[in-house]
Amino acid sequence: MKELSIGMLLAIFEEIFGAGLFWAMVICALVVIGLFVLLIIRDKGLIAGRFLWSEITAPIGALAAILFVQIMTDSGFKDLGGPIDLILLIAIGCGGALVAPMFTYLLLGLRDSRR
Amino acid sequence: MDISRREWLKLVGQATAIATSGSLLSRAAAAQTNARILILGAGAAGAALANRLSEQLVGGSITLLDPRPEHWYQPGFTLIAAGLKPASYSISQTAQWLPRSATLLSEAAAEIDPDSQTVTTIQGRKIAYDILIVATGLRLDYESIEGMSLDLIGTRGIGSVYAGPALAEKTWQLLDQFTQTGGHALFSRPDTEMKCAGAPLKYAFITEDYATRRGTRDRITIDYCANNNSLFGVPIVSEKVRMLFAERGIDTHYNHIMTAIDADRQIATFQTPQGAVEKSFDFINVIPPMVAHDVVRQSPLPWQTGPWAAQGWVDVDPATLRHKRYPNVFAVGDVAGVPKGKTAASVKWQVPVVVDHIIADLSGRESVEQYNGYTSCPLITKIGRAMLIEFDYKNNLTPSFPGIIAPLEELWISWLMKEVALKATYNAMLRGRA
Repeated sequence: MKELSIGMLLAIFEEIFGAGLFWAMVICALVVIGLFVLLIIRDKGLIAGRFLWSEITAPIGALAAILFVQIMTDSGFKDLGGPIDLILLIAIGCGGALVAPMFTYLLLGLRDSRR
Repeated sequence: MDISRREWLKLVGQATAIATSGSLLSRAAAAQTNARILILGAGAAGAALANRLSEQLVGGSITLLDPRPEHWYQPGFTLIAAGLKPASYSISQTAQWLPRSATLLSEAAAEIDPDSQTVTTIQGRKIAYDILIVATGLRLDYESIEGMSLDLIGTRGIGSVYAGPALAEKTWQLLDQFTQTGGHALFSRPDTEMKCAGAPLKYAFITEDYATRRGTRDRITIDYCANNNSLFGVPIVSEKVRMLFAERGIDTHYNHIMTAIDADRQIATFQTPQGAVEKSFDFINVIPPMVAHDVVRQSPLPWQTGPWAAQGWVDVDPATLRHKRYPNVFAVGDVAGVPKGKTAASVKWQVPVVVDHIIADLSGRESVEQYNGYTSCPLITKIGRAMLIEFDYKNNLTPSFPGIIAPLEELWISWLMKEVALKATYNAMLRGRA
């Protein structure tokens, strides 16, 4: 590949998901992160009990992310062929393990706000 | 903080100026022209060229000639023939990829006259040009294999991945059946230049993988017949494939060129140094000789001597893709008479070079952009793994991610690139964005 610019990456992601869905996903991600940060500011820190519950979803999120990628790409664990594959698998898992607790914490926070 | 309405309007104005300055600058850098640019073929190369040229030119005209309204994403044919995607995966409409400023004529070129700078279509329309880009792709010469015709594909164990999305799907139906029942599979490649020289190898690997997964491997034998004494044009890759074939029990035969097929008896004939050799098959992936389209072959544009003269590839400088005798003619993609470069990955690198030379010509400057023969082949070695092989004219490996993605290693990440990122990158390329 001669060059991999930000513009090219955005173009590729737009082609993978469709421009509308891709930017909707980006906006959703930003909204979730923004709400998460606002929640922390409002509560003046992480609420321990809520955080504990959301942490439990981390392994579920990690596994879900890995399985999602494998199902969508006709591949499986046996196809890991080198160190980079393992690193990628861990990175995908970490992504799921990060998103799931954040989302859960946000949902629990919103639930608590309504009470 | 209080901001007055006037201050607010001033801020918005400044922000707008900053935001639009980029496009204003790029607009200023665009070439003003009255040139008539004619592109023969609206495939991968034609569409990418039209988009990039329309972005960088002010004035002039861009006309494309292509009789087929459908655009085929050819790198997807292997996935269709592997049963992983439907035929529709590779089909879209040509018009959807082209810029509004370009004109698409659904006509085939019948005659190219570079001396009078005109192209005549089959309907008799004469089109004058100032710059001509030949991007016609190539012709699959099934007829040159005795006994072979397109209507045989999908019958009597005869498949052909290259023949188009629908026939790639028929080939999958045969492979699906074959890997359940067993028998003898035959793979080969032609003795001409060909597009995606990794595809014949991939399909042999895929067949072996399916048989292994289904528990029928012991009922299947596989022969791979190479046209010369190597399995791939890049020696180091050829050696790797030889080792993998040996490991997977795929029997390799060198210097075998398929010349005939007897569909009723299910026998293919090969020309070898020892004479004609007949091989029976229960499943075969026929890959025909590949040549330039007749309109190119019958024009003054192809090589005049050597093997490429007979195959009709356009005689261009390998670094600039500019015609050696007609400086206002370029060739891009499959039809270009260069040592490598009959893949979509090559097109991705060739297009910016040709566009820069055209813009330079129209702007009165000299372009220094050069194409080094880069091409790429995600060589599938089983469903779920591939080797991301990238190389140049000199057969050097040119990995995009050196030290991270090893080119000769069977990797999951290379498979993900093939299945997820490749089509998206290809589409972005068509739009002139990659």
